[in-house]
Amino acid sequence: MGAEHLLDLQDLGKTYSTGAVRARILEGVEFTVDRGEFVCVVGPSGAGKTTLLKCIAGLTAPTTGRTLFEGEKVTEPPAKLAVIFQDYSRSLLPWLTVAKNIELPLQKARFPARERPGIIAEALANVGLEGKGGVYPWEMSGGMQQRAAIARGLAYQPDVLLMDEPFAAVDAQTRIDLEDLVLGMSRRLGMTVLFVTHDIDEAVYMADRVVVLSGTPAAVARDITVDLPGERDQVQTKNLPRYGELRAEVFGLIQAAKRPAMQRTETVPARRMVP
Amino acid sequence: MMATTTPGGWRLLLLRGWLPVTLVALWWTLSAGSEALYFPPLQEILTTLVDEWILGPRWRSDLLPSLANFTIGFGTSVLLGTALGVLLGMSPVMRALFAPVLTFFRSLPSPALIPIVLGILGLGAGMNVSLIVLGAVWPILLNTIDGVRSVDTQLREMVRSYRLSRRQIITHVVLPSAGPQIFAGYRIGLQIAIILIVVSEMVGATHGLGYYVLESQQLFMITQTWVGTILLGIIGYLLTLIFLRIERRVLRWQIRMRQATGAS
Ligand SMILES: Nc1ncnc2c1ncn2[C@@H]1O[C@H](COP(=O)(O)OP(=O)(O)O)[C@@H](O)[C@H]1O
Ligand SMILES: [Mg+2]
Repeated sequence: MGAEHLLDLQDLGKTYSTGAVRARILEGVEFTVDRGEFVCVVGPSGAGKTTLLKCIAGLTAPTTGRTLFEGEKVTEPPAKLAVIFQDYSRSLLPWLTVAKNIELPLQKARFPARERPGIIAEALANVGLEGKGGVYPWEMSGGMQQRAAIARGLAYQPDVLLMDEPFAAVDAQTRIDLEDLVLGMSRRLGMTVLFVTHDIDEAVYMADRVVVLSGTPAAVARDITVDLPGERDQVQTKNLPRYGELRAEVFGLIQAAKRPAMQRTETVPARRMVP
Repeated sequence: MMATTTPGGWRLLLLRGWLPVTLVALWWTLSAGSEALYFPPLQEILTTLVDEWILGPRWRSDLLPSLANFTIGFGTSVLLGTALGVLLGMSPVMRALFAPVLTFFRSLPSPALIPIVLGILGLGAGMNVSLIVLGAVWPILLNTIDGVRSVDTQLREMVRSYRLSRRQIITHVVLPSAGPQIFAGYRIGLQIAIILIVVSEMVGATHGLGYYVLESQQLFMITQTWVGTILLGIIGYLLTLIFLRIERRVLRWQIRMRQATGAS
């Protein structure tokens, strides 16, 4: 039964055709996401993670297979799904204040006008941007802009939040802050999150499950349950032996697909340091 | 490189004002008592301007009609060009249907249309307005199409994933995003419109500023020709100033963003 899972990807494939050139990006991608789960999809740059996310979000049609969202086939962007894009500077509207940006997608039917100020204030509070509603996006730092974009996603009250490498463009310290912010937020609100990243550390640290995407065309190499304690901590969690094993496993899978001949001689690189 | 500090207040007024004031003063002194047919004294020109156009009846019989034609013509071009531009910019099918015709018309120099428009509509305001629209609408239309088409792809995806209505997309995303380019189109359209009020009245009207300039020249009333020319200059200048004010106001967010981020 499809409706058992919040998201159910079935034999998803995508081939881009530009003129005579056909690029097979995804083939036979299958995994599920349940309500309340934090799932990370990890894969190298260019693997097709954004493409996968667009298929799930109904922004592009898959060539084969389908995505079920709450039991229904996705053909256009579903109302109870929100996407946080990689490039915050091209996702917020610079001519609107943060509050107006958040308000824009709140349609009349679901969000009566008098409830909106409350919803907006709460979303801003959830990302630590209390009182920043009157500010324009370009008056804020990159990290704050991405938080504002997340607040817009939260206010929209989706059943699942899709995030496409949301912290790839911010500095290391901000990135760590945002990882913990999103983790805390998703736990507190019981959010379902599908988080796409090329960063193995980020994936293992944040996820309940890591879906490793690899190969050309890309498919799910493994679906790993992250059996780390629920409460994550940048120092303690990353010092656990199990954390090291998990990231080595993910790394091995990605390397094996990239350069099969060399997989035995590869060594796991140093961990991303915690400042 | 831009100057790091922008002068303000009196300093700016002085910097901007010295050249025009000097030129007028020079003209005034050099032309004083002039007997040359084509160079009457500036004093005489200004006296005639005040007597005929401000105290006399010409502001009503010739100035207002010219301004009315301009306003209707340019206003129609703005509305038509923007609306069609958004429509064509957002729809590849519509673009494919109309692109060849568009390219043809915008390559046609608008004064070339005078004989035909004159033949069809005859002398008068209708012809003047039509000619302005036929000349000014193209740059506005084409710039709007370009601006709408260059709305960022990720922005488009954001808009789709949040299921914004068509109306929201146009008013809150497409128009503001294309705004700078649309206004660049208005600016070109404005210059063309100003040229075309004059040209159309020179050949297709029985009153108006353009008519006055050409008519006075043909009657060897050179002082009047100068008066008309100066008036046209002043009006063109004022219209451009008003336009720039509106542009600055509408695109305020962009100016402030540039100042805040230091982006070009
Ligand atoms: N619209 C498109 N048309 C053709 N090729 C595309 C398109 N979008 C992405 N690609 C190609 O698909 C591959 C995967 O891209 P993407 O999904 O963005 O990967 P990732 O997000 O994992 O870095 C890349 O090689 C990219 O060039
Ligand atoms: Mg990507």
